[in-house]
Amino acid sequence: MKPTRIRTVVAVTAAALAIALLPLGSELSAQGKGTIKIATQSPLSGGQAALGEGIKLGAQLAIEKFKGNLEKAGFKVELVPYDDQAKPDVGVSNAKNIIADKAIMVVIGHLNSGVAIPSSEVYKEDKLAMVSPANTNEKVTDRGYPNVNRVCGRDDVQGPVGAEFAVGTLKIKTAYIVHDKTTYGQGVAEAFKNDLEKKGVKVIGFEGTEEKSNFDPLITPIKAKNPDLVYFGGIYDQGAPFFKQAREKGVKSKFLGPDGMDSSDFVKIGGKTVVGTYYTTAAAPATSAQAKAFGDEYKSKFKKNPEPYAAESYVATAIAIKALEEATKGGKAPSREAVAAAIRKVKYSGMTGVIEFDDKGDPKKASYYIMQVSTDNPDKWGENKEAKRLAIAAPALKK
Amino acid sequence: MDFPLLIGIFPQVLLDGLLLGFMYALIALGYTMVYGVLEFINFAHSEIFIVGAFVGVEILLGLKSAGLLETLPWPLVLLGVMLAGMLASAALAVSIERVAYRPLRAAPRLIPLISAIGMSFFLQDVIRLVESLWRNAFNLVYPTLEPLNERYELTSTIDVSAKSLVVIVVALLMLWGLHALVNRTKIGTAIRAVAEDQAAASLMGIDVNRIISLTFLIGGAMGGAAGVLFGVQYSLINPYTGFIPGLKAFTAAVLGGIGNIPGAMLGGIVLGLLEAFAASYLSLLTGGAFGAEYKDIFAFSVLILILIFRPKGLLGEVVRERA
Amino acid sequence: MSRMLAAVAGVALTSGAVALFPRSILVFLLFQGSLLYAYVAPIPGRLRAALIGVSLLVLMPVIGTYNGYYMEVATQVGIFVALALGLNIVVGLAGLLDLGYVAFFAVGAYSWAIFGSPHGNVLFGGGFPLPAWWFYPFLVVGLVVAAGTGILLGLPVLRLRGDYLAIVTLGFGEVIRVLANNLDKPINVTNGPRGITPISRPPLPLEVSYSIGFYFLVLLIVVVVILVNRRLEDSHIGRAWEAMREDQLAAQVMGVPLVRAKLLAFACGASFAGVMGVVFSAKQVFINPESFTFLESIGVLAMVILGGMGSIPGAIVGATVVTVLNLQVLKGLSLWLNELKNAGVTILGYNLAGLPTQLEPAKYERMIFGLILVLMMIFRPQGIFPARRRQRELGDR
Repeated sequence: MKPTRIRTVVAVTAAALAIALLPLGSELSAQGKGTIKIATQSPLSGGQAALGEGIKLGAQLAIEKFKGNLEKAGFKVELVPYDDQAKPDVGVSNAKNIIADKAIMVVIGHLNSGVAIPSSEVYKEDKLAMVSPANTNEKVTDRGYPNVNRVCGRDDVQGPVGAEFAVGTLKIKTAYIVHDKTTYGQGVAEAFKNDLEKKGVKVIGFEGTEEKSNFDPLITPIKAKNPDLVYFGGIYDQGAPFFKQAREKGVKSKFLGPDGMDSSDFVKIGGKTVVGTYYTTAAAPATSAQAKAFGDEYKSKFKKNPEPYAAESYVATAIAIKALEEATKGGKAPSREAVAAAIRKVKYSGMTGVIEFDDKGDPKKASYYIMQVSTDNPDKWGENKEAKRLAIAAPALKK
Repeated sequence: MDFPLLIGIFPQVLLDGLLLGFMYALIALGYTMVYGVLEFINFAHSEIFIVGAFVGVEILLGLKSAGLLETLPWPLVLLGVMLAGMLASAALAVSIERVAYRPLRAAPRLIPLISAIGMSFFLQDVIRLVESLWRNAFNLVYPTLEPLNERYELTSTIDVSAKSLVVIVVALLMLWGLHALVNRTKIGTAIRAVAEDQAAASLMGIDVNRIISLTFLIGGAMGGAAGVLFGVQYSLINPYTGFIPGLKAFTAAVLGGIGNIPGAMLGGIVLGLLEAFAASYLSLLTGGAFGAEYKDIFAFSVLILILIFRPKGLLGEVVRERA
Repeated sequence: MSRMLAAVAGVALTSGAVALFPRSILVFLLFQGSLLYAYVAPIPGRLRAALIGVSLLVLMPVIGTYNGYYMEVATQVGIFVALALGLNIVVGLAGLLDLGYVAFFAVGAYSWAIFGSPHGNVLFGGGFPLPAWWFYPFLVVGLVVAAGTGILLGLPVLRLRGDYLAIVTLGFGEVIRVLANNLDKPINVTNGPRGITPISRPPLPLEVSYSIGFYFLVLLIVVVVILVNRRLEDSHIGRAWEAMREDQLAAQVMGVPLVRAKLLAFACGASFAGVMGVVFSAKQVFINPESFTFLESIGVLAMVILGGMGSIPGAIVGATVVTVLNLQVLKGLSLWLNELKNAGVTILGYNLAGLPTQLEPAKYERMIFGLILVLMMIFRPQGIFPARRRQRELGDR
C-alpha cells in the first residue's frame, strides 16, 4: 500500500464524514422554541436489544398518540432514541449529551438499573426528569431525587407479591429458586425468597446462573429434590428455555416468574411445556380495554407483539406528556425543573392502574396481577387468565 | 450432606456434561482447523456458527409453514437442514477470509485478530438487520421435530433425549471424517504442508491461497453444522447467541491443544464435564455458599491449572513461536 | 512558516467555532482534528507543545462550559488513554497478549468503591464511607492492589506463550468479573449485580464546575502516566521488553531476566488500570460488574492496535479515536439521521419519515464500528502512529 493511496482513503473518508455531519451545524438554528423532545435511553444493540427496543417503541407509540394537545398549543413533539448499549459509561456520556440539548424535557429509560443510577446522577445536575419503565432496583428511587420516577414496581414489592400468591393460593411447602445474576433477577428472587421464608416455606435451593442456553446441570438437582414450586427471577429469554428444559426433563413442579416473563415470546420459546406457568406483572391483563387497545395498536404499527416493559414505557411517556401539557399551560416552553415538578403531581389512570408518585418517585400504590399462561399460541398471549390481583404500597424510605 | 442424592444424580450429570462437551467440541473444530493452518484466532467463528443456526431455522420454519415438517421423514429433514447450514456458513467463512484476513496475511498476528473482532461485531448486527427486516423478530425458535424430542429413560432418575444422541453421533462422525481428511487424503497432506511452512509448501507446487480458503471452508462447514445442532438442541437463538458458546469453544480448543483435532474434541468434553459438575454439585457440596454461578470460575481455574502443567494443552503439539 | 500559521489558525478557528455552535459535533471534531494536525505538522517543538498545552488546559475547559457533554467525552478519553497506555506495555512492548485487561480496572474501581461508600460498613462495621479526601491515598492503593493482581496473574502464566496466554488472561478477566458479580454471599464484598453506590467523589481545589475540576484531575493523571511510559520505554526494562517481544529465546541468551521482565510488564500495565479504576468509580458514583465485561477488554485492545502497537502516541490517538467514535461520531450520526427522519426529509424520492423501525439508525452504531475496525486493519495495519522501531521492521517485509 503506497502512502498516496492511504492519503486518498483518509481524505475520502474525512470528506464523506464531513458531508454526513455537516447539517449538524445547522441543527441549532433549526430547533426553534417550539420543539419539545422526549429522549429514550435503552440498549438498542447487543443481547438486550429486544427489550431496549420495546422501551423505545412504547414511547414512540405514546408520543404519536398523545402529542395532539401539545401540538395544538404550538409545540412540536419529537422522540430522540439513544442507545446506551447496556453499558454504564455509554449511558453517562449519553446523559451528558442529553442535558446539553435544551429541547429535551424528559428521559424515558433505562432498562438496566446499573445504567440508570449513574445516568440519573447526571440528569439531576440539570433537574431533568427521568421516568423509568423498567428499573426495579430499590436504590433508583431510594436516593430521593426530585427528578427520578418510575412506573414499574420495586423488587421488594414484586417478590413478596409472588410469595403471597405461592403460599396463599398455591399452598406450596417447598420452593426452588433460580435467578439470572442480574440486578433485576437476583433482586426479585431474593425478595421472593425472604418473604417465602418468613411465611414458613422451605427454600430448598437458591441458584444464580448467567447461562443462556443449556440449563441441564441446573435442572438435575431440581428434579432430584422435587420441589412444589420452581421460581425463575429473570427475563423470558432465559426463563422460557429454563422452564422448557425443566419440564422436558421431567420436573413436575409448578412454575412462577416475575414480570420479565410477560412476553408472547415466552410461549413462542417454551411452547406447550410452559402452559400453566404463573407470572406476576404490573401490566393489566389484555382483557382490560386500555391494555387491549395498546396491544392492538402496537401490533398494527410495529407488526410484532409488545416486549415486557413496552407497556410501562408507554405509560411512562403518557405521564410525561400529561405533565408537559400542565407545564406548558402558559404557552411558553417550560423549564426542566417545572416539568419534573409537574410529573410528581400527575395522577394517571392507565393500563398499569392508577399511578401517582410518592415523594421519592415510586408509584404510591402498585397493583399486581398474577397471571397464568393459558395457551401455547403466542398470538393469544393477551388471553392469559388472571389468577389473582394484589395491591401493595411501596415501602417508605428506610432512614 | 445428602449422600444418596449426590450419588443418585451422578450419572445424569455425567451425561449432561458429555452432551455439552460434544457441543463445544463441534464448534471448537472450526477454531482449531483455522488455527492449525494460520495460527490465528478466528474470532468471527461464533458468527459463522450462528449463521448456520439461522439458515437452519429459516428452512425449518419454511418447511413448517408449507406443512412438510411433519410429513417428511425427520432424518432427511435434519440432514438437509444441516447441509444447508454447512453450505451457508462455509460460504461466509471463505468470503470473510478473502475480504478481511487475506490482505493481512503478512501483518503481525494481532492485526488479523482485531480485524476478526471487527468482523464479529459487524456480522452480529448484519444478522440482526436481516432478521428484523425479514421476520421482524429478534429471538427465533426452532420448530420441534417431534421424534427428536423423545426421551429414553435409562433408570427412573436418568434419561437422555434423542436429540442429544444425535448431537453426540454427529460430533463423533465429524471428528472422524475430519481426522481422516487431514491425515489420509492428498488435500489433507496439502493442508498439513501449508500449516508446516507456507513458503516451502508453495515451492512444492501447492496453491497456498486455495488451501487456506479450503481450510476456512471446512472450518465454516463444521461451524454451520454445529449451529444447526445447537438450534435443534436448545431451540432459542438470536443474533448474539453465538458469542458465549464461541468463547467457550475457543477455550475448549486451547485446553485440548489448539490446532489439534482430537484435542478440540477432548478439550470440549473436559470443559463440558467441568461445567456440568460445577453447576450441579457446587451448591450441594458447599451448602449453598457457592452455587452454580461459580461454574465458569471453576472451569477457568481448572483450565489455568491444566495449562500450568501442560502449557501446550492436553494434546498440544509443540507450536512454533511467531513474533 | 505557513504550516505554523495553519496549525495556530486551525486550533484558534475551530475552538471559536465550537463556542459558536456548542451542539455541533462536527465542529467539535474539527477542533480535535486541528489538535491532531498541530501534533503531526512539521512545526517547531515549542510551538507544538504550547498549542497542545493551551488547547487542553484552557480551550477545552472553556468549551466544556458551553457544552458539558464535551467535558464528559474528554474525561472518558483521558481514562481510556491511560488504560490503553497500560495495555500497550503488556501487549505492545512486551508482546504478551492480554485479553482480560479490564480485570485490573475492576480491581482498582472496587478498591475505592468499597471503602469510599457506605458499603464498607457491611464488611467492617462502622466508619464508612471514608472522608472524601481519602480518594487521593486510594489512587496509590488502587495502583498497588492492581499491580499485585497483575503479578498474581503473571506468576502462573510465565511458561505460557502466545494464544495459551491469551486464553488464560481471558479466563482471568472473566473470573474477576464473575467474582465481582457473585461475592455478595457468603460474605458481601461487592454487593453482587446490584453494585455499590453512592461512591464519594474527591474534593477538588478548583472552584469552577465539578466536571471541569475532574477533567483536570484526569488530565494530570494522564500526563503522569505518559511521562512514566516515556521513561519506561527507553529504560533498561523497556528495551528488555521489546527484546522479549521480538524473540524470547534470543532475549534470554542476551541476559534478559524473563521472569522479572514479564512480571514487571504485567504489574506496570495493571497499575495504570488500577489508578484509573479508582478515578472511574468516583466519576460514576455507582459501579457494578456490567462495566467490566470481556468486551471492554477487547475495546481497549482495539485502541492499542488501532493506534499502533508499542507506540505511545499511537495508544493515545487510538484511545481517543475509538472513544470519540463510539461516544460522539456514531451517536451524532444516528441522532442526525433521526433529525432528518423527524423532519420528514426526502432522499432519492424516499421519505425518511416512513422508515421502518427496524432501520432505526441508533441500532446500528456497533455494526459501523465493526466495519471501521476491519477497514482500518486492512488499509492501515501498522496503526495510526506506528512505533518507530516497529515501522522499520515492517519496512523490511
